[in-house]
Amino acid sequence: MALVLTPEMPVADWLEQFDALLARSPAYFINRPVVVDVSGLPQKRPDLMGIVNELQARKIRVMALEGTETATLGADARGLPPILSDGRPSTPIDVPPQTNEAAPATPPDPRPSTSMVIDRPVRSGQSIYCPDGDVTILGSVASGAEIVAGGSIHIYGALRGRAMAGWGNKNGRIFCQSLDAELLAVDGLYKTADEIDIGLRGRPVQAWSNGDVLVVEALA
Amino acid sequence: MAQVLVVTSGKGGVGKTTSTAALGAALAQEGQTVVVVDFDVGLRNLDLVLGAERRVVYDMINVIQGQANLNQALIRDKRVETLYLLPASQTRDKDALTDDGVARIIAELRERFDWVICDSPAGIERGATLAMRHADIAVIVTNPEVSSVRDSDRIIGMLDSKTEKAERGEWMDKFLLLTRYDHARAQRGDMLKTEDVLDILSIPLLGIIPESQDVLRASNVGSPVTINNPSSAPAKAYAEAARRLLGDTMAVTVPREKKNLFGMLFGRRAA
Repeated sequence: MALVLTPEMPVADWLEQFDALLARSPAYFINRPVVVDVSGLPQKRPDLMGIVNELQARKIRVMALEGTETATLGADARGLPPILSDGRPSTPIDVPPQTNEAAPATPPDPRPSTSMVIDRPVRSGQSIYCPDGDVTILGSVASGAEIVAGGSIHIYGALRGRAMAGWGNKNGRIFCQSLDAELLAVDGLYKTADEIDIGLRGRPVQAWSNGDVLVVEALA
Repeated sequence: MAQVLVVTSGKGGVGKTTSTAALGAALAQEGQTVVVVDFDVGLRNLDLVLGAERRVVYDMINVIQGQANLNQALIRDKRVETLYLLPASQTRDKDALTDDGVARIIAELRERFDWVICDSPAGIERGATLAMRHADIAVIVTNPEVSSVRDSDRIIGMLDSKTEKAERGEWMDKFLLLTRYDHARAQRGDMLKTEDVLDILSIPLLGIIPESQDVLRASNVGSPVTINNPSSAPAKAYAEAARRLLGDTMAVTVPREKKNLFGMLFGRRAA
């Protein structure tokens, strides 16, 4: 999802308003992709270039332009951000009301991470469930423990329990420092301890699905 | 302020009660005031190992239910003056232990002793969680066999989630006490090696107690091995473990087979 800015003529006044908004919430635009709707501006290269440069000077990442067409610009499109069409509006953004307090020292994380990092061993009987992201374990996974991840599973220790990656997503992989797993599964394809090549035991290994088969291979 | 220590394990029969008595006695012999608390309601044992079974009049359940006060229930050891026992009840069922009651007793014991050592029942049921709930330190007793190690791993996970300390977001110190260790069998591969156990559990080692007839003999005469035969190998290992709890740093010695002259002349005999 991107944010749409709609500059209006005269550009200088609009930029002044925009600066005021920026001063109120300086962290708001950090790491947010921005699309500029230029339908209100003259469709000329110097004007378009000007607004893009002004925004970039304010550390706004302009991902694309909207409200113009490659055909009308012709050679003028050179050096401009790509032209976007078919953008769909979502709910308008709410700019937080101005408060007397100073802006927070650390900007709030604009995109909560769906991944998980576990910085201790996973014990027998424990179950780590992360339906949307990757799971990283800084330690071992004990026999009798299980890790379920929508994405990939990374284990910087021995994997002795069960690891199930790529819940409904065959691109997930399992990586571990030392393989001694009870069960490996990716996207519903699984191998039990008996089916895993004995030569891979105790070695750093990755496992993935090639569509029909779960492939388990030593990491070089 | 007292340290509350829980002696726990997943599997039964690994030597929790023996270790509780031996560690408690060893700490008391170092001059600390110690109370050992038996949480194994319904199956009391600690009083037997301490040789106090005939002196139990009131127990922890009586205190919880207000039929006796703590002073009446505490039994002072006859050999080591600073060692006390709070016995469990054998007649009541284990549901008689209440959260509030246990919290009250532990708080009161904290005021009076340097060490409160809770002997937990085996397993993951309510008695075990109540015993570990208020602990500051945990000693996990494990035998060098896979079932014991796996169950201990489960218990470590619970110590990290079901205790007051964990709920406050604090980190509980956990130590491994490896009991019934037989060097010869470990070398032959009949038993897990110490490194393997430590690798699986990844917690610091408090001590290795060698498998020995001295432990059984001491239990049967109702005396902690550290009191009954202080010069024996297991007693020394427990005494060292107690010193480590008090903050001394010393290397853990892996017990080795010591063949005496007699043994060398006559070879191995069935005991």
